[in-house]
Amino acid sequence: MQALTNRKKQVERKPMTFLERLYLPSIIKGMGITFSHLFKKNPTINYPEEQRPFSAVFRGLHILNRDEEGREKCTACGLCALACPAEAITMEAAERQPGEEHLYREEKYAAKYEINMLRCIFCGLCEEACPKDAVYLTQTFAPANYGRKGFIYGKKDLLIPNPQTDPEGYQKAKGDIGKDKK
Amino acid sequence: MLLQIDWSIFIEKLILIAAIVTIALVVAMYSTYAERKIAAFLQDRRGPSRAGPFGIFQPMADGLKLFMKEEIIPLTSSKFLFILGPMLAMITALLTSAVIPWSWTIDVAGRQVPLQIADINIGVLYIFGVVSLGVYGIMIGGWASNNKFSLLAAIRGASQMISYELAMGLSLLAVLMVAGDLRLSTIVGQQVANGWNIIYQPLGFLIFFICALAECNRTPFDLPEAENELNFGYHQEYSSMKLGFYLFAEYINMFMSSVLMATLFFGGYDIPFVNEAAWGNHWWVGLIGFAVLMAKASLFIFLFIWIRWTIPRFRYDQLMKLGWRTLLPLALANMIITAVIVLLLNK
Repeated sequence: MQALTNRKKQVERKPMTFLERLYLPSIIKGMGITFSHLFKKNPTINYPEEQRPFSAVFRGLHILNRDEEGREKCTACGLCALACPAEAITMEAAERQPGEEHLYREEKYAAKYEINMLRCIFCGLCEEACPKDAVYLTQTFAPANYGRKGFIYGKKDLLIPNPQTDPEGYQKAKGDIGKDKK
Repeated sequence: MLLQIDWSIFIEKLILIAAIVTIALVVAMYSTYAERKIAAFLQDRRGPSRAGPFGIFQPMADGLKLFMKEEIIPLTSSKFLFILGPMLAMITALLTSAVIPWSWTIDVAGRQVPLQIADINIGVLYIFGVVSLGVYGIMIGGWASNNKFSLLAAIRGASQMISYELAMGLSLLAVLMVAGDLRLSTIVGQQVANGWNIIYQPLGFLIFFICALAECNRTPFDLPEAENELNFGYHQEYSSMKLGFYLFAEYINMFMSSVLMATLFFGGYDIPFVNEAAWGNHWWVGLIGFAVLMAKASLFIFLFIWIRWTIPRFRYDQLMKLGWRTLLPLALANMIITAVIVLLLNK
């Protein structure tokens, strides 16, 4: 049969020479190769101590954003829950009472906002759907947990620290999200 | 009668035994660490690094883990033999240390103390006896487990050890001819005087080394415990510290055969081109001698590990072929040539 590629190689089947039959030269050669690996730099990253930076478009855990005055941006419109292909988001809306203007930006807010991180596929459609810039995907990921309950993140886990009282935590949680936007 | 016994010799030997057993155990412990570390480096990994700086407490953590594990004795096993197996493996591994001369004779409060537990005049024979006892640990353990894989592995181990002991013995015979004595201290003393045995017996050393690999069940001769074909072989049914004893005995064996090779072929505690005898019998000379022997032994341990992570395992028929059809004739030829030369030189 004609060869389809030019990479065909004839297999050599000539009997081994005495040196080859001794195996010792090839064993020594092999040991030389392994020995040279003793001095190679290994590519390991010591994970919890050293962390590899994520790319700017990495989609990790969600946060619920606040505006500059520390008010929650979410208005509980439900668009994120609607957009979610994995149906991971549930929320309950409540009306803002007089005197709560410093807490919530809009007249309606999410009294309960839960994301099931086991369902979530981190596609980022919620982020795209949100008309109020309230939900963002950060560059951290969900830590391991012993039970399933621990993966249902409520408002207390998701809300970003208040920029008024805890500006450092706010910046840290926000990371470089949205920096390349606008 | 009893009062005439020299009690200081008891105390002296007792201290020596305690020290040597402790050292053997510690070295075996840290051989496991070295094994993992070197394997990691050879494979571009980092190895254990969590327990203590650079993971140096890893062997302790491993030992503790083995102690804490549940101990399972299979119902269908024969209990007495099942327990006897790891005990024998451990005891025979440690017994070899008795005849090895660890260092120069030192002077303690006017007494000449040889750093050797028993300087018996059949030292090499004793080592042979103990080494061939080692197969009982494997055989009994594999048989008592009442498990097909364990039994298969034990039979493999037994036949492998018996076949390689022959070539090992013949290669040692040549060394004995050069030295003219079975006493290990004399063999070392002659090497100090006339140069190391490796110069006179390079082929003998190669054969001895290959056989030592086989006797210690190290790769490429680790057929008895072939992880991926026999499910860990003869210690498959073992758990907890019994398993630990088997694994540990293997590392002690490795250490002992390293020390033995250093003693028989590489001058023992001798530093080449240095006349230590002129330094006198001070304790620090003994310490230096011991350190030198340990350095030689650690080089061999490194070699064992290095080989393990380079060469793949032999097939069973290849193993037998190498043992009976290559090493045995070679060892015989080596012995006969040595005998002829020794005879001619003496005349």
